[in-house]
Amino acid sequence: MHVLTFTLLTLAGALLAGLVGALTGLGGGVVLVPLLTLGLGVDIRYAIGASLVCVIATSSGAAAAFVKEGFTNIRVGMFLEIATTVGALLGTVVAVFVSSSALAVIFGIVLLFSAAQSMRPRVEHITVTEPGTLGDRLRLASTYPHNGELVSYGVEHVPAGFAMMFAAGILSALLGIGSGVVKVLAMDRAMHLPYKVSTTTSNFMIGVTAAASAGVYLHRGYIDPVLVMPVVLGVLAGATIGARLLARVHVKPLRMLFTVIMVALAIEMLYQGLTKRI
Amino acid sequence: MSENPAGHAREDYALEQRLGTLLRGGVILSAGVTLLGGIMYLAAHGLAPANYHTFAGEPAALRTVGGVFAGVARGDGASIIQLGVLLLIATPVARVFISVIGFARERDWMYVGCSLIVLALLTYSLAHGG
Repeated sequence: MHVLTFTLLTLAGALLAGLVGALTGLGGGVVLVPLLTLGLGVDIRYAIGASLVCVIATSSGAAAAFVKEGFTNIRVGMFLEIATTVGALLGTVVAVFVSSSALAVIFGIVLLFSAAQSMRPRVEHITVTEPGTLGDRLRLASTYPHNGELVSYGVEHVPAGFAMMFAAGILSALLGIGSGVVKVLAMDRAMHLPYKVSTTTSNFMIGVTAAASAGVYLHRGYIDPVLVMPVVLGVLAGATIGARLLARVHVKPLRMLFTVIMVALAIEMLYQGLTKRI
Repeated sequence: MSENPAGHAREDYALEQRLGTLLRGGVILSAGVTLLGGIMYLAAHGLAPANYHTFAGEPAALRTVGGVFAGVARGDGASIIQLGVLLLIATPVARVFISVIGFARERDWMYVGCSLIVLALLTYSLAHGG
């Protein structure tokens, strides 16, 4: 295959991943690595490198809007980024000792977990920070716009959230994903932040988390510019179109379809990893 | 700490606006550079065979900031794409840097500290490669 043909194929796939990722709110990153490895036969290390770069692009692009609208809690983000960046740097060290087959298996498990999480009903939390807790001392409570007014919220269980963010950082570096699912879980389920604050703050943190490991992978030669170019441009274009279409599309059936695709990719990744084909 | 909650929120708002503008600018700039490098690369090597099946690792010149700049100076397409990648990686790093300044203006030293820790970790990753 010529570089040109390969580039156009990759561009089309990445565009689709970015589009569906933006429309479903599940992020395209988690399907990029399977798309590149299973679909186009790319070595998983190149796929992880390219995917990380994309994750920085889409999260920064989306975060630009969310942070201006006042949903993002920059203090929560900044504090928890200590955990995700340390986790990410540790993840790049661990990655040296993990075979491609094992990476594929871990990827399959994370895909299954992400698919399961996408099916869970959302519960909206508004909590009050208990005086004297870590959340109080760190002044993490804030407000966010909801139905035209500013709603105050507090935060709970900061140490548990911090620990989960550490795990999210490791997974992000190991698999080249944003780990948005684990980040949202930490803030929504553990720290009881409002759902919209959790998702936007997660997105805000993803760029920094991914940048921590992308720097290391650049030095290791995982980031191939000719592969990265169509992946980044495709995903960015897809995500931009997706954000425009969002108001006019029925998201629910699309989410169902995307979940089914994630499960199928998970099974294929597990199979290929367990039979040492990857 | 003497605090004026309303003033605090207003300064946070200013910081949020700056961060948003920076993030958008970084993404647009790096996408433009990547596209330019991509077109140049494809014009020169579009008909070469593609091989990503086996991992060989990138040549040394594409792994370091200095090597990438040297390639850009030669007008090498792949190096220009890699410059776009570097700009993209630099975007969240710049975001953390602006946060340090923003929190310092608010005299919020705890968060100046948090931001500095994250900035140090990111700088370490980019400079030494772990």
